[in-house]
Amino acid sequence: MSTFFKLSFVFIPLLFVVGFYCIIITHNLIRTLIGLELITKAVTLLLVVVGFATDHIALMQSYIITLIIIEVVVISVAAGIVINVAKKTGSLDARNLRTMKG
Amino acid sequence: MKTYFILLLLMTLFALWSVIRGSLIRAAIALALTSAVLALIMFRLFSPLAAVFELSVCAGLITVIFMSTISLSEPLTYSELMIKAKPRIKRFWFLPVILVLLLLILVPLASNVSAPMIASETEKSVYRVLWQIRQLDVFGQILILFTGIFGVVVFFKNTKKQDEEK
Repeated sequence: MSTFFKLSFVFIPLLFVVGFYCIIITHNLIRTLIGLELITKAVTLLLVVVGFATDHIALMQSYIITLIIIEVVVISVAAGIVINVAKKTGSLDARNLRTMKG
Repeated sequence: MKTYFILLLLMTLFALWSVIRGSLIRAAIALALTSAVLALIMFRLFSPLAAVFELSVCAGLITVIFMSTISLSEPLTYSELMIKAKPRIKRFWFLPVILVLLLLILVPLASNVSAPMIASETEKSVYRVLWQIRQLDVFGQILILFTGIFGVVVFFKNTKKQDEEK
């Protein structure tokens, strides 16, 4: 159990940093969503590991299902925004959003 | 333990691939592979229901959403992509460096980490947890789903003015 927990302790932050770096550094709106997805993956992995380690597997599974549903809704709505922005500005560059009104 | 390490390593590599890869479609595929490996980890950690959701929804549905978004938003052509690739790669140079630095910090710290205490009494049935103990969560999920559907419908709804223009 101890080695298992140590491995997770190292890899979960790595996954989180990859997603976070992607969001910070990119100007592409779809790539920003990919970064957001990666951060969610890190959180999901954290929930699975904690559920397994504390023997709360059933509770954590219900949390993960809720998280996945929220993730899908967020990505669908964000994808709708991205498509509309792409139609309006002709590109996926997030810097174009600065010129928008409102 | 070796398998678990390999799965974690694979997941991180696929995540890195999805971030660094120039082509958006390949990045979406790499993200789906990350989800698939996460589902495998879930199966190994005795969370089969969550794993099925992860595999079908995250590796399946979300990839389809990404592909549709990419095709609907008229992505760059291959030659345009090649022109933009060099400065893009430059920006992602720091990521492996940051990850190695983070590894150097986390590995010594991990030696002091101990596994958390196991709870004395826990509910074993995920169905009972989901449908009885955390019933409100299910209502919340339904509400969020309808909000999402409503949001997407509003985004793609044509106004009268747009219809007349057509």
